[in-house]
Amino acid sequence: MSSPLRSRRAEWLVTAPSFLWLALFFAVPAVIVLAFTFHGHDISGGVGEWSLSTWRELVDPDYPAIIWNTIKISVEVTIWSIVLAVPCAYAIARMNPRWRAIVAGSIMLPFWTSFVVRVFAWKTMLHPDGWLQACCNLFSIGGGHSTILDSEAAVVLVSVYSFLPFAIMPLYTAAEKFDFSLLEAARDLGAKNFYAFRKIFLPGIRQGLVSAVLMVFIPAIGSYVIPQMLGGTNCVLIGNKIFMRAIQNRNIPHASALATVMAVSVLIPIGLAMWWKRRQDARDRQRLEAQTAKLFTAEGGAAK
Amino acid sequence: MKRSMVSVMILAAVLAFLYVPIILVVVYGFVPNGISMSFFGSDGSFLGFTGKWYRYIFTGHQSVRALLQSFWLSLIIAGLSTVASCAIGTTSALALHKWRGRLQSIHHALVYTPLIMPDILIGISLLMLFAACHVNCGFWTILIAHITFCVSYVAMTVLARLQDFDDRITEAAYDLGAGPWYAFFHVELPILLPGIVAGGLLAFTLSIDDVVITSFVNGAGTNTFPTYVSSMTKHSRNLPSVFALSTLMLVFTCVLVGLSKLITSKGQAKLKVKAS
Repeated sequence: MSSPLRSRRAEWLVTAPSFLWLALFFAVPAVIVLAFTFHGHDISGGVGEWSLSTWRELVDPDYPAIIWNTIKISVEVTIWSIVLAVPCAYAIARMNPRWRAIVAGSIMLPFWTSFVVRVFAWKTMLHPDGWLQACCNLFSIGGGHSTILDSEAAVVLVSVYSFLPFAIMPLYTAAEKFDFSLLEAARDLGAKNFYAFRKIFLPGIRQGLVSAVLMVFIPAIGSYVIPQMLGGTNCVLIGNKIFMRAIQNRNIPHASALATVMAVSVLIPIGLAMWWKRRQDARDRQRLEAQTAKLFTAEGGAAK
Repeated sequence: MKRSMVSVMILAAVLAFLYVPIILVVVYGFVPNGISMSFFGSDGSFLGFTGKWYRYIFTGHQSVRALLQSFWLSLIIAGLSTVASCAIGTTSALALHKWRGRLQSIHHALVYTPLIMPDILIGISLLMLFAACHVNCGFWTILIAHITFCVSYVAMTVLARLQDFDDRITEAAYDLGAGPWYAFFHVELPILLPGIVAGGLLAFTLSIDDVVITSFVNGAGTNTFPTYVSSMTKHSRNLPSVFALSTLMLVFTCVLVGLSKLITSKGQAKLKVKAS
């Protein structure tokens, strides 16, 4: 530890660029946002006196409904993504390595086209004059007169489309490490296919499941482009409301308060996941220690 | 096995679902009618495919001039923010790897938190900062915002690479008389380069694709490709040109990735030959 780069001054020097940059452009703005929520707003678009009026106004019937709707849609999107992603991850992990690389790569390929352009392609497709609507009308799905565009269903559909690869990737990484001979062992012991899948495979990839849930839930909560382009006035989420308040109405305190609510609703599941992981690790360690202790006493007994 | 057949069928359906919009992006680039986005005339007759949107892009026709301008701006901002975030992110990863202590745990939290925050929160908080400091939004605020969210991704990518890094190599360099700068540029940097390149590619992709953060800090009149496209979707006659340009980008990236795969696999083949 005698090398020159390990001195205290060197540490400050190397840490400074990223530390100062992120402190100035990430931490300080976060504090400003939090501070603005304790201000009232004035009509000219500025920030008024210190007060709790913003938080009181947040109970306004409009906001709780939007917050609730955002959480509900995010949960729906997360469930759909996980339900579709788990079998995909399973199927990819069971392929031979050559095919695995090809399929895993082709799941990421759509990302090379701009996100906005892909969402816009969906909008064109779901448009009342588009071919998807024509198909629906042909088979009289949806009564033949309701449109898919500008609805909650469109937002859920395209959100699942956009976030699904983020769910497949961590699940696939977990499934790749899974020992599939365990499934065969379970079958040999008489377990039905689905029972073995549920009792052995799913617990085996639980770390991947947790990260997949977070990878979908977080962007879904923060969603802005998808509801704006496909939800119309029928599906306004927190993200749209923040943009509306900040840019169009110049109501900075309200936008800040909504942003704070969003940050909290993201931090809660992350906190839960971290707590869960710590508990799992502690449990694994305990089990390992117990087993080692048992082994030692058994050996000791044998030696006697 | 029955079970794996079901999962393979779901996988096939999901892949089809993921590719439908990509196919449409390519097809819509040839639509003759830019307002109705349809291949059919009002009397139901088939109008055929057209290459005029591609012609407009290559000749810089005035109807696509603003689109091309926004595209160049996106490339410039993505390039600059990639370079800057690679430099800041690499030093950040080095610091996080080399030292442990109070300072580094705060530093780690500072680098990690932007990754778990939705884009829109980074956008709104930067807007508040710029508004509080009375800064006019434009090119520079977009660049600052992009560097801010790219730094964390680069830092984490390089840090992952550093985890496999054998510190004894640096120690050996010191023992052989290298100074800290010489050791960094001649020993650590070359070994870390693949990690930095991977982080840089990620930063470039994120920057060129970002619409949420940019739409908060771009101010009036400064548009990157994504924000320009999202403003175009409301009322424009030239929408197929967006799809044509996206198709060109897709083809370009595919060729680039294909070439790099070819080069690396050739390199690996050479290595194998040498090893045997």
